[in-house]
Amino acid sequence: MERILEVKDLAIDFATYAGTVHAIRHVDFHLDKGETLAIVGESGSGKSVTMRTVMGLLANNARVVSGSVKLAGEDILHKSEKALNQMRGNEVAMIFQDPMTSLDPTMPIGKQVAEPLLLHTKATRAHAMKEAARVLALVGIPDAQARLKDYPHQFSGGQRQRIVIAIAIINHPKLLIADEPTTALDVTVQAQIVHLLKDIQAKLDTAIIFITHDLGVVAGIADRVAVMYAGKIIEYGTVDEIFYNPMHPYTWGLLEAMPTLSATRKRLFAIPGTPPDLLTPPQGDAFAPRNPYAMKIDQEQEPPFFAVSKTHAAATWLLHPDAPAVDPPAEIKRRKQIWAQKEGNHDYR
Amino acid sequence: MAASKHIAPDAFKLAHVAATEKEYIAAPALTFSQDAMRRLKQNKAAVISFWLLVIIFAAALLSLVITPHDPNAQNLNYTYLPPKWGDLNIPFFNGHENGIDMYARNQVPKGTYFLLGTDYLGRDLLSRILVGTRISLFIAVIATLFDLVVGVGYGIISGWNGGWIDTLMQRVIEIISSVPNLVVVILMLLVFKPGLKSIIVAIAVTSWITMARLIRAQTLKLKDQEFVLAAKTLGESSFQIALKHLVPNLSSTIIIQTMFTIPTAIFFEAFLSYIGIGLPAPTASLGTLLNDGQKALQTQPYLLIYPAIVIVVLMLAFNLLADGLRDAFDPRSAH
Amino acid sequence: MITDKTPLVQVRHLVQTFNAGKKDEVRALQDVSFDIYKGETLGLVGESGSGKTTTGRALIRLYQPTSGEVLFAGQDIAKLKNGSAQMLAFRRQTQMIFQDPYASLNPRMKVKDIIAEGLDIHHLVHSPQERDARVAELLAEVGLNEDHASRYPHEFSGGQRQRIGIARALAVEPQFIIADEPISALDVSIQAQVVNLLKDIQDKKGLTYLFIAHDLSMVKYISDRIAVMHNGRLVELASAAEVYHHPLHPYTKSLLSAIPEPDPDSERQRVPIAYDARQAEGGQRQLVEVLPAHYVYATAAEVAAYRQSN
Repeated sequence: MERILEVKDLAIDFATYAGTVHAIRHVDFHLDKGETLAIVGESGSGKSVTMRTVMGLLANNARVVSGSVKLAGEDILHKSEKALNQMRGNEVAMIFQDPMTSLDPTMPIGKQVAEPLLLHTKATRAHAMKEAARVLALVGIPDAQARLKDYPHQFSGGQRQRIVIAIAIINHPKLLIADEPTTALDVTVQAQIVHLLKDIQAKLDTAIIFITHDLGVVAGIADRVAVMYAGKIIEYGTVDEIFYNPMHPYTWGLLEAMPTLSATRKRLFAIPGTPPDLLTPPQGDAFAPRNPYAMKIDQEQEPPFFAVSKTHAAATWLLHPDAPAVDPPAEIKRRKQIWAQKEGNHDYR
Repeated sequence: MAASKHIAPDAFKLAHVAATEKEYIAAPALTFSQDAMRRLKQNKAAVISFWLLVIIFAAALLSLVITPHDPNAQNLNYTYLPPKWGDLNIPFFNGHENGIDMYARNQVPKGTYFLLGTDYLGRDLLSRILVGTRISLFIAVIATLFDLVVGVGYGIISGWNGGWIDTLMQRVIEIISSVPNLVVVILMLLVFKPGLKSIIVAIAVTSWITMARLIRAQTLKLKDQEFVLAAKTLGESSFQIALKHLVPNLSSTIIIQTMFTIPTAIFFEAFLSYIGIGLPAPTASLGTLLNDGQKALQTQPYLLIYPAIVIVVLMLAFNLLADGLRDAFDPRSAH
Repeated sequence: MITDKTPLVQVRHLVQTFNAGKKDEVRALQDVSFDIYKGETLGLVGESGSGKTTTGRALIRLYQPTSGEVLFAGQDIAKLKNGSAQMLAFRRQTQMIFQDPYASLNPRMKVKDIIAEGLDIHHLVHSPQERDARVAELLAEVGLNEDHASRYPHEFSGGQRQRIGIARALAVEPQFIIADEPISALDVSIQAQVVNLLKDIQDKKGLTYLFIAHDLSMVKYISDRIAVMHNGRLVELASAAEVYHHPLHPYTKSLLSAIPEPDPDSERQRVPIAYDARQAEGGQRQLVEVLPAHYVYATAAEVAAYRQSN
């Protein structure tokens, strides 16, 4: 497996008037070629900041405290702005949440799609436009050749997001970062875009990082999942491990809070309280104040990662050998039963 | 990762957290304006400008009560006396011109000094500058008044009502702004004598236009905001919505725009007086002082330089302060 | 659940056209009719541009309907004059919870003044002490505490702000609350807090809700009946269970098929049903009661086919 991205011990602070915000607090993850990693977390959990770091798009008041970010073996934290520009839109591309604001309303879409090609390769204008038409057709814009001269407002929201994706993939990037690409879209369009991303990945063998707060979308697209809370990854594993054998109480809460069509419950589960203020991260486990399973040690000491399998680990004291066995919520038990069946009737409870 | 070995067994007891603690807000309460003031204080140019303006206007106000000399008193014995600061022998401020002690030659009694010299009628320049600055201050107040009352009111009414009222009010603004205000002043000269009255009328007619336009644009944006809709659904009257919801949210625009209007108005008055259709003699204004000073530029340059310094400092300070306020109130526009 | 079937709100042939007669005319609502019964929650679901927000705003008279009637407790609110005593009375009975927790609270007002706005307008309190006490009571009702009263909105998270918006609506003791996508801007874990809170308040006070959403999955937990809108028309209206288990209109089926489930096994097999708007246009269509209490916008032939298939 070719390693595309390796993030090690990344910590980022933001200097604000109110003080220093510890937005990312020591994050490790990696991504291989052709793989999809979903980063799940609430707003303010640091998932977007992490991705901006990978793109070299950090704000002026950000400071990298520690760590390294290696893209295809090259450290990008110490690259010059010029080198970063060469990398962006070429080796890494990003898709943003709102297709309205990520397209230039005054430029025909053909030109916008062809631009990265003209910028990063020696392609001629004519060739670039031809390629733009081909990629637009690939992302499902009907009659692409004829619509090259149309402006963004002449397309629907879903089509605009397809155009944004076309811009992102025209240079065959090694890594595609999708920052909540479906949040602003309608449900039916969201399904189409997720399908499109999967399709593109199969065709181009691109690695994808998919950032979202919606676990429903994750289940459909991800190979592996990392759950972030308060600037840290608190659990990671394969998609099956996260959905059928979750270990961290926060992951439990997220899964329980998801509304499902099939469930017969009449009341939704809510994680109480609000995420902590990262100006003053609480002592111990940041999730402890909202955690019904919090132990004394959670309030004193930050939990390390406890490995569950080769691919799966969670940062919760509940996995410590001395911790008492707790009774997970019914929804989680149901999921663990499915896991047990999958694992060949291993009894996990 | 291996877990630490030294953990007391009771550390793994379940701990209960009170529900209220989950909603606790740690950060100190800061209002928007406190936040803006903090940003403003970090802008050194704006802070210095602010204090300069305070000093200039305090001195001008003080001149209502006391001036070094009578600003309009002529004394032909004292014409064109250079600046003299007591008996301190500082070059340019020792009463000498071309090496001759002018004070001695004109038989100025001992103890009489003109800190910035005198003009062709022997009037004290410093006193006249203070009085002239007072005129500028007065113009600033007038312009602010029209900006706040007419400009803000006009903009809110136009933007809030929309429809044909908005269309009509915007056409009126376009007509007014298509007439250069110099033309307005010259037309005023047909009706009034040259003086403050015609300048005030000219300011009244034109100075609030930019404010009205800005406020209208902001109001159009604000009136579709959900908190305004919420006030409507609660049954709040339009007047109350304007007072409670629009004006506080427009305050930064209002403050910033006023700061830009004031120097324009001050400069407008100085300009009119300078070309001779503003304040009539013997009233001192920065414009008439510049005009007088220009006549003696080759022989007594200080008569032009000191009023010019005052007006430059005024313009610069207002503009720097306005920039600072804009960055403080609207941090996004800074970059 | 519904205790009795008295309609509180009756919408009859509601039409809302913006910029009528101009080039950019938008026919946001075309002949929409439905009832909302006392004490129930009607979920109104549709995608962007379907007219669901317009419906909510017409019902609370933020928009003046182009034609049609909106009866609230028998009184046609489309005919109320702005500023009249009846209008002010109506403003106390119907309230709205807004979509964007960041835009729905005035950033320059303290939380207590935001919540007390309705109290002041309708003169519901008579002294500053009474006002503070009532604000504290309302804050407690939405799970916040007294200390929050003197803070400004920007210090709160999205979920907390939304609860402040709910407290503001509750202050005037309304009978009917229109919740216009109150959760779509919130994180999933917080969405549930707000939905549960709305439900608890309804149980306690016997309120009637119109719950507008673009997402069918969340609506299910709060709605007794669900109305599906598309292109300014109501295409299906039935009990929540009916809509989920026996959807009839092809658009409803398409919507249901697109909702992602937090379950990798079922997601891997998902086949979204595409909906082509042309298949449900043209012909003589109207909202017909195909099955008892199950309405579908359809032609006579389609109605027969729907009935057959059941």
